[in-house]
Amino acid sequence: MSAVLPPAQGGEVLDTVAVGQADLRSGGGFWNDVFRRLRRNPAAWIGAVIVLIFLLVAALAPLIAPYPETALPGTKYITPTSIPGIGEVDGFPHGLDRFGGDVLSKLIWGAQASLLVGVVSTALGLVGGMLLGLLAGTFGGWVDTLIMRIVDIILSVPNLLLAVSIAAILGQTPSAVMIAIGASQVPIFARLLRASMLQQRSAEYVLSAQTLGLGRGRITMSHVLPNAIGPVIVQGTLTLATAVIDAAALSFLGLGGGRPETAEWGRMLTYAQNELAIAPQLAFLPGICIAVTALGFTLFGEALREAMDPRTRAR
Amino acid sequence: MLRTIGKRLLLLIPTLFGLSILLFAWVRALPGGPAVALLGEKAPPEAVEQVNQLYGFDRPLIEQYVTWIGRLLQGDFGSSIVTSRPVVEEFFRRFPATIELSIAALIFAVGVGIPLGYWAARRHGRWTDHSAVIFSLVGITIPVFFLAFILKYIFAVQLGWLPSDGRQSPRIDATHVTGFYVWDGIITGEFDAAWDAILHLLLPALALGTIPLAIIVRITRASVLEVQNADYVRTGKAKGVAPSTLRNRFILRNAMLPVITTIGLQTGLLISGAVLTETVFAYPGIGSFLAQSIFARDFPVLQGFIIFIAIAYALINLAVDVSYSLIDPRVRVQ
Repeated sequence: MSAVLPPAQGGEVLDTVAVGQADLRSGGGFWNDVFRRLRRNPAAWIGAVIVLIFLLVAALAPLIAPYPETALPGTKYITPTSIPGIGEVDGFPHGLDRFGGDVLSKLIWGAQASLLVGVVSTALGLVGGMLLGLLAGTFGGWVDTLIMRIVDIILSVPNLLLAVSIAAILGQTPSAVMIAIGASQVPIFARLLRASMLQQRSAEYVLSAQTLGLGRGRITMSHVLPNAIGPVIVQGTLTLATAVIDAAALSFLGLGGGRPETAEWGRMLTYAQNELAIAPQLAFLPGICIAVTALGFTLFGEALREAMDPRTRAR
Repeated sequence: MLRTIGKRLLLLIPTLFGLSILLFAWVRALPGGPAVALLGEKAPPEAVEQVNQLYGFDRPLIEQYVTWIGRLLQGDFGSSIVTSRPVVEEFFRRFPATIELSIAALIFAVGVGIPLGYWAARRHGRWTDHSAVIFSLVGITIPVFFLAFILKYIFAVQLGWLPSDGRQSPRIDATHVTGFYVWDGIITGEFDAAWDAILHLLLPALALGTIPLAIIVRITRASVLEVQNADYVRTGKAKGVAPSTLRNRFILRNAMLPVITTIGLQTGLLISGAVLTETVFAYPGIGSFLAQSIFARDFPVLQGFIIFIAIAYALINLAVDVSYSLIDPRVRVQ
């Protein structure tokens, strides 16, 4: 479910003089300029703060969660027709789930599980895709044709369907979900890096490096790649959002494995399905967590894209 | 034009061929191989042996592949392990349901998305514009199955206005000619059946259409913002072109190209979303059947459905490309 987004702002007329002046003004090079522009963008701040909060919660889960990951401390409060909701039983501020687990603890441990899947799978997709894109972009010719044909074939299957199929082979474990989501992202990154490298390859600095007698590997690694990597980094940040959503979707469908007491946001939604009439909070709390995490990554990713976009860099 | 279409269709052949190799390898990579996938992990070795011989899983891989692809080319995709019906039949029995749902979702996404995006762009920088941007951001980040839950809880569980699952109430005895229930109701004159099918479609379509809607709002807004400052729009305004002509022929028509591309790109999103939406609403389409087939390890169904979906996906993208030239004459010249 990778959403391809347009630039958030449009319609600005490209002012080449202003762009040039902006470059002169910044002094500290491209990345300094990007960071300066990110700092001035409130959306970047909101996104970064959301992501940081969730990362902190995930990292500190063992310290801040009231109960251990798979504990079921409230079984005695559960009856077939009622599940205590938010604030109904002392000691369980967010209520209990069907199995007697503490919802707050589950949400906190769930943050760890979901972010881990999101980050690891995106890292896998990024590395795999960059390797393929790098090979295709560097060697061109039949290597390029072969890799891009394979990428086309994989892209002919919708993203989530691909992830689900891969997870089906690997078995129903959390690591299978990570690999499946990562693998389903490989084609996008490969295509993006290749396109970006092709754009750079005809640049004048490449020609000048060639005239200086630099080898192909050296030119690719220290000249073309650093200049071509921008769009890939932006896509990586945005993909973190879809990876968290896809991870939840896969475990919602039951591919994440684990037992009912497993703390994972998508899994919590699966079980909440049956309790919608008596305990809707069981669906709403993990759902909101997924959406807010994805929102954080999206806001930051788009701010990053805007900050790196040469058309808007004049501002 | 026809040549381009022909060329694109020819290009589809190597892609499908490659996909068939991947799908073949995929089933062979299932833990324990296809026989274990069929019989379950606790199957006795003799039974596994028997199935291997029966289906030829013990033959050399190349031979197996050639036999399999030969059958595919004759339209024989095997039978579902769960229902024992031919895969092709299973697919086309459910296909109309998913198409109907996707069309409803797209009507909602396009019908609301384009006006909303246009409206936001025309009020660029005001609070109405900002709220449209925030709305579309939320629409993109909300997981489709969670949205389905929210809709189901509010409109089916709490208010009881709309049915919570299925395609048609069991009490309605409708004739199904085409498999598109709304259309069936209209052509047979059973309007209560058509109305019932529409009520069942509303919630899944809203859930499925929201992400495409959010994306269409963004693209339309960005595209209109770009076009409305173009010189020819200013010229049009200066020479006194009527506001409606200015909107429809000058701005919208020129701003539509990126929007159409995006609508084409949403097809994959719709199919992925259908797996989840149909599961939440127990809607008997391709998506919910795929989700069930994954757990049943029903690999003939999975293989066949993935090939059909890939073909449909490619054809829709081709249709989108063809529609460019209808909208933008400049593409036709190239």
